[in-house]
Amino acid sequence: MLQISCPFCGPRSEVEFVYGGPLKDRRPDDVSQIDDSTWIEYLTVPKNPLGPVQERWWHVRGCGCWLTITRDTRSHDIIESEIES
Amino acid sequence: MSKDLFRQTKGGLIDRSQTISFQFNGTTYQGYSGDSLASALMANGVYLTARSFKYHRPRGIVGSGYEEPSSLVELIGDEESGNQPITRVQIRPGLSARSVNCWPSPNFDLMAMNQYISKLIPAAFYYKTFKWPNWHFFEPSIRRAAGLASAPNKIHHQGHYETRNAHCDLLIVGAGPAGLIAALQAARSGARVILADDGLESGGSLLSQHLKIDGKEAIEWVRETTASLDAMDNVTRLTEATVWAYREHNLLVITERSPATPNVFQRSWRVRAKHVLIATGAIERNLVFANNDRPGVMMASAIQSYVNRYAAKPGKRAVLFANNSSIYAVARDLRAAGVELVAVIDSRNSVNDLPEDLQDIQVFRNFVVEQCHGTKRLRAITIKNAATGETTKIVCDLLGVSGGWNPTVHLFSQSRGKVKYDANLATFIPGEAVQACQCIGSASAIFTLQKVMQDAVQKTLEALNLDQGDAILLPQLEPEAEYSIEALWHVDLNESLCSKSFIDIQNDVTLSDVHLAMREGFDAVEHVKRYTTAGMGIDQGKTGNLNVIGAIALKNGCEPDEVGTTTFRSPFVPIEFGALTGIREGSVYLPYRHTSITQWNKDHGAKMYESGARWRRPGYYQRSDESFQTTVNRESRLVREGLAVYDGAPLGKFEIKGPDALKLIDMLYTNNFDNLKVGMGRYGLMLNEDGIIFDDGVTFKLADNHYFMSTSTGNADAVNQHMEFFLQTHRPDWQVKITTITTQWANATLCGPKAREMMHALGTDIDLSNEAFPFMAMREGKVGDFQARVCRVSFTGELSFEINVRSRDSLALWETIMKVGKPFNISPVGSESNHVLRVEKGFLSLGHEADGTTTPFDLGLNWIMSKTKTDYIGKKANEIRLAENPSRWQLVGLLPDDREHLIDESAPITPGGRRESSEGFVTACVWSVVHNRVIALALLENGQSRMDETIYIRRKDHVVTAKVTAPCFYDAKGQLLRS
Repeated sequence: MLQISCPFCGPRSEVEFVYGGPLKDRRPDDVSQIDDSTWIEYLTVPKNPLGPVQERWWHVRGCGCWLTITRDTRSHDIIESEIES
Repeated sequence: MSKDLFRQTKGGLIDRSQTISFQFNGTTYQGYSGDSLASALMANGVYLTARSFKYHRPRGIVGSGYEEPSSLVELIGDEESGNQPITRVQIRPGLSARSVNCWPSPNFDLMAMNQYISKLIPAAFYYKTFKWPNWHFFEPSIRRAAGLASAPNKIHHQGHYETRNAHCDLLIVGAGPAGLIAALQAARSGARVILADDGLESGGSLLSQHLKIDGKEAIEWVRETTASLDAMDNVTRLTEATVWAYREHNLLVITERSPATPNVFQRSWRVRAKHVLIATGAIERNLVFANNDRPGVMMASAIQSYVNRYAAKPGKRAVLFANNSSIYAVARDLRAAGVELVAVIDSRNSVNDLPEDLQDIQVFRNFVVEQCHGTKRLRAITIKNAATGETTKIVCDLLGVSGGWNPTVHLFSQSRGKVKYDANLATFIPGEAVQACQCIGSASAIFTLQKVMQDAVQKTLEALNLDQGDAILLPQLEPEAEYSIEALWHVDLNESLCSKSFIDIQNDVTLSDVHLAMREGFDAVEHVKRYTTAGMGIDQGKTGNLNVIGAIALKNGCEPDEVGTTTFRSPFVPIEFGALTGIREGSVYLPYRHTSITQWNKDHGAKMYESGARWRRPGYYQRSDESFQTTVNRESRLVREGLAVYDGAPLGKFEIKGPDALKLIDMLYTNNFDNLKVGMGRYGLMLNEDGIIFDDGVTFKLADNHYFMSTSTGNADAVNQHMEFFLQTHRPDWQVKITTITTQWANATLCGPKAREMMHALGTDIDLSNEAFPFMAMREGKVGDFQARVCRVSFTGELSFEINVRSRDSLALWETIMKVGKPFNISPVGSESNHVLRVEKGFLSLGHEADGTTTPFDLGLNWIMSKTKTDYIGKKANEIRLAENPSRWQLVGLLPDDREHLIDESAPITPGGRRESSEGFVTACVWSVVHNRVIALALLENGQSRMDETIYIRRKDHVVTAKVTAPCFYDAKGQLLRS
């Protein structure tokens, strides 16, 4: 069970969070302008790096904020924790 | 009396003034307070305590603690539980235990014939042999013959399990000499310390050895130390508490087997520690030679524990066999206990470290034990000169073996710390730590007390960032011999003896099995483990693993570090499931959510269903003279022909407010909300970004920039997540707030042709005319005495008024409705009839038609897909999908030719009813009260263009034919719900 630092609540146990997948670029304002293959890539191909990965975690049983966590997939070290602004 | 023969008259940590009676395999014995089941049986001269896992060979007691690989027992009676090492069970009045895996007893075991055919059933025999028709055909009978205790079938009565969360500065695992001195150091510095130890009392190896600390017996120092620790508020000292898992970010799990709290069987602690000191000591490993599993062959350290701690006499004529120097302390203690020591077999050639005081012992240097004689008890051994091969027989009934010491690196390894091979110590030792932890004492391969204590204090200072000046004074210790060892992975034996040489006693794995695995190409250590099962099960590599690695190395002509180790998994010792769940069982495991009228529903005969998200909702209200089907038919007709009321409180509800609220709703739903007027609502379909239906519901406009959204019951939390995710991560600049109000509002839904009359009867200040209050409108006002939001929505296809009130008014509203509705013959209806009515209407249901694979186009919902909006979630994905013009499973109605019999949901539709891959399936099938026949909905390949075709539904022993129709069987124009 990970210990995740929330910028508002401090270090909290993983049970308070919901995992929200790897970080993606912000959804474009008008998706209809994007070509099909780029959009398919955006929807279906997650990056899966060995090492630091950025991902979303929802502090649903805490402050309710969606956090962006930088986690090292080799060690589970959480390097950074921030919110979107 | 027998106890005179097998128990010393004085000494030990037992209380001779307290005799305890207990039962083992049906016989009553006496032991003393402080005895383990193993020591008490030993003091009664019981040596045959088990039968082995596979071959049912006679087995005795081998170890003295959690490493015991041989004798497992199950407890009977109130404490019923299986697979406990005999050495970890404390005797107490009324204890009743029996050996696992033998019948009727270990002395006369009917499966014992297996040992005579052992050559025919080597490793992997079962998997290779029982392939036809398949393994599962044979598995049950093989499992009965092999294996361990059966699962307990009784629930404990007088108590419960408990779990607890804790935090500390320093968690010390193990309260041996290293753990104790570390705890003292840390505690005096003011740190919050948890000290947990598996044993009945703190002390670890000091309880089993004769050592002097500060000029006194070591046990005195142990008790003084624990007393001063217990006096400090910042120390939590746990006994009979095993740390069995080391997880991410220094989370460790401890299970306390006998907490002092009344009525608590066991307590599990989840401890988040800033720093961890692993003081788990070392486990002695076995030596591998023929018949090394006979009762009477024990670990040398276990013998030391039995003679010192329990004052037992494990045998009369003892021989010790070792490849290391630790054997001589055992020799000394055996003699002090009055056991005749016949000889010491020391396989080492180069070293002579026989202590001064033991010069009169007969030592066979550079000798090995080749085999044991005797079946149910050791009678003699054959020893062999390693240089000349010449053999000699020695009569003895006790053989202590020591193959060297393995630091107990299980937790360190679980923490992802790597272990490395040390050739001088002939074992794997902890390498660099990955998490905030350190091994101390013999867990870090330090084997003399002086150095253990120095190391422990030093590493505690480092862990807590303290100065050398803060170090506590170490106690005075006596000089000790340095540990010395020469690797001996197994004795050099012919093939016939190899097949009786046990390398993993618990799993009945012999040296021959390891060689067989390697001959068949499974020569990597992880493959050998899986092929032979060595190191699996409860043992988890405690006693045998390194010898397996050594045997592979010898065969491959390499060093053990080139072979590597297998993974040490949690739990370190067997853990009861109850200790994991704590009090979270039965009704509190995942509690139900109740509406304000749940109790009313139950009182009125409702059969309660879970309606998603743990909400309980009535399924149907069965009367005493009704069958299930007549109940559902009655309730369905009531809605179609009269008046019914339905508890819709669990529906997911949100208020959405802010200048960008409309932008958000337009992004979430496929249709257009721009032109929605205040007081009106619109049905919306929510998609995932991949274009698949995610949720549906009605959203009302309460005011400009203020909306009231309803979602399906089971999906409310997921919709909340979906919305918050989109807002916070993709559009953090939008000004919208979402508030969950699911439980703030409850509702009673009046449905049926008489609903409007009923509303009048209730009394309301809302104009109920169809012009003033049309379908899909919401009006606020009084209904009876209650302030309400009334919505005209319909899931049944009939005229409906959904009366939303504050949750606390809900029961009173419900009771008023029942009273006022009496002249209308009102009756509550449940979700079963709602299901019938929605199938008649062809309304989609999440989990039935929207099953995570269907798009709105598949369900014929093209009308709700806005063509004018440039963008909404899922739009692009569906455009891409449609452009490929794929063959899709589409929603249709079915009229089965068998009008009487219901078809199971999910029944497959195949071409011609043949045994081919399916072209669809039945999503719902009900008895229609308007048509008096069975009707169904289905997803069918290209179904929208197959109207009036006959399709074939495959059942187990027959095929049902059905005609394809439009997916609506009632009031296709929707005039009734708009009436």
